[in-house]
Amino acid sequence: MNKTLTCIECPMGCEITVEEEGGVVKNVSGNSCPRGKAYAESETVCPKRVVTSTVRAESGEMVPVKTNKPVKKDEIFKVMEIIRKTKCHLPVQIGEVLVKNISGDADLIVSGNV
Amino acid sequence: MKTNYDIVIIGGGPAGLAAAVSAYDNGARDILIVEREQKLGGILNQCVHNGFGLTRFKESLSGPEYAARFVAEVRVRNIEVWLQTTVLSLSVDKKVTVINAEIGVAVLQAKAVILAMGCRERSRGALNIAGTRPAGIYSAGTAQKYVNIKGYMPGRRVVILGSGDIGLIMARRMTLEGAKVLAVCEIMPYSSGLKRNIVQCLNDFDIPLYLNHTITKIEGEKRVTGVVVSAVDENKQPIKGTEMHFDCDTVLFSVGLIPENELTKGAGITLSPKTRGAEVSQTRETSVEGIFACGNVLQVHDLVDFVSEEAETAGRYAAAYVLGGKKQGESVAVKNGANIAYVCPQRVDKGAGGNVKLFFRVTGTFKNCTVTAKCGDTALVRKKKKIAVPGEMENLLIPQEKLAGASGEITVALEAENE
Repeated sequence: MNKTLTCIECPMGCEITVEEEGGVVKNVSGNSCPRGKAYAESETVCPKRVVTSTVRAESGEMVPVKTNKPVKKDEIFKVMEIIRKTKCHLPVQIGEVLVKNISGDADLIVSGNV
Repeated sequence: MKTNYDIVIIGGGPAGLAAAVSAYDNGARDILIVEREQKLGGILNQCVHNGFGLTRFKESLSGPEYAARFVAEVRVRNIEVWLQTTVLSLSVDKKVTVINAEIGVAVLQAKAVILAMGCRERSRGALNIAGTRPAGIYSAGTAQKYVNIKGYMPGRRVVILGSGDIGLIMARRMTLEGAKVLAVCEIMPYSSGLKRNIVQCLNDFDIPLYLNHTITKIEGEKRVTGVVVSAVDENKQPIKGTEMHFDCDTVLFSVGLIPENELTKGAGITLSPKTRGAEVSQTRETSVEGIFACGNVLQVHDLVDFVSEEAETAGRYAAAYVLGGKKQGESVAVKNGANIAYVCPQRVDKGAGGNVKLFFRVTGTFKNCTVTAKCGDTALVRKKKKIAVPGEMENLLIPQEKLAGASGEITVALEAENE
């Protein structure tokens, strides 16, 4: 199956075509550098993203949060469901873990001092 | 009450914080930051997404994380901070009139002032879009404040005008919070946002980006009920017959940022019509001796990392001015030549010493091009670029020894080999 994607490694924004069969990358074309090839491969095999959002503290303030590692792209909304139900008490410090293993081995951590 | 300071910094966002730390580390001791919000950090506080600090820290930080690093640096130094304090006016002799609930109005006398007020969003009023004035129309940054700081959603079905980075970020943010983003419309043939944001904020969530399109009508009496979107021709005029209708309750505007220079104007400081910020030398000193400017109040940056770098320059030279009474030296003008939208700084102070980094934006998309800084027919520096786009600020470094020989004005230009 052929898939096209836009490379984000630099402003060139190459349109890359990936030939893929059963999760295995057969060929990458359209990239102009090795970084583009690596990006296309990881995006095809298992795209991942860091999820950033907010959690409402018991006292009402919003606390910035993020996953400390990228999570699988198709689990983003599942992660958001958990984030919506998460509570915390102030004060919080950057790096504090709010949800252990929110997706895979990624934790949900505080990303702003409140 | 103490009213005399060596350096007064107006604004406690990324520019003000980095300027304060830099001024302190370069020997200044009597420094005050005046901030109108309840906490330091400026707009970074509401930017909960990541991607900050990639250049400076080689890490992808959230906005509050990036701010916290600089706030910590300010705290360990003896730098005074006044929060919830608004600067009402600034005079050419460096009197800073401030107001807050505790002291009322006070006039501070500074030896040097650093302008770090940031920028604000261009509003609907600047665009002349027809229609009623219902609720549900926000600038992207206002929506961001509602969602991330106040914790409530501005709407459920959203159309975004403009594909600047804040608009793209909010398309994803609203989607994650359960809203449906129907379209992002961009009047230009390209997005001014970062590629990374197009992919991760729009493509990831199948949000359509309509290039060469604009909103031609906003409908609704009390609340937005829909918008009409039209394709535009090469003169940016809507094309009849291309209208699309979207039912929506919310419209976000992400249509550009404008440096916030009311105080600067009041002090009689010369502004650049191109950047809409002060005209400065490479020391970031404005047309008024001892008043410096840095960050988005000077030129709208793409990345906060470069705001911090610029603010450190301003802080260093403000300290030198206060401690050594450094005067502006002989200067040469910097002009924009072919295919260049603007250059900052607008002049080079030849007495300041060191290399000079010129920042500029190009007027279109150019592949395989060469940018040059020339003095007369002499090239001071040349740089080949695989690609240059308006959305990404470029720079050229002129080495000190090249500058020594530059007697007349310097022109930055881009030569396109093939477009």
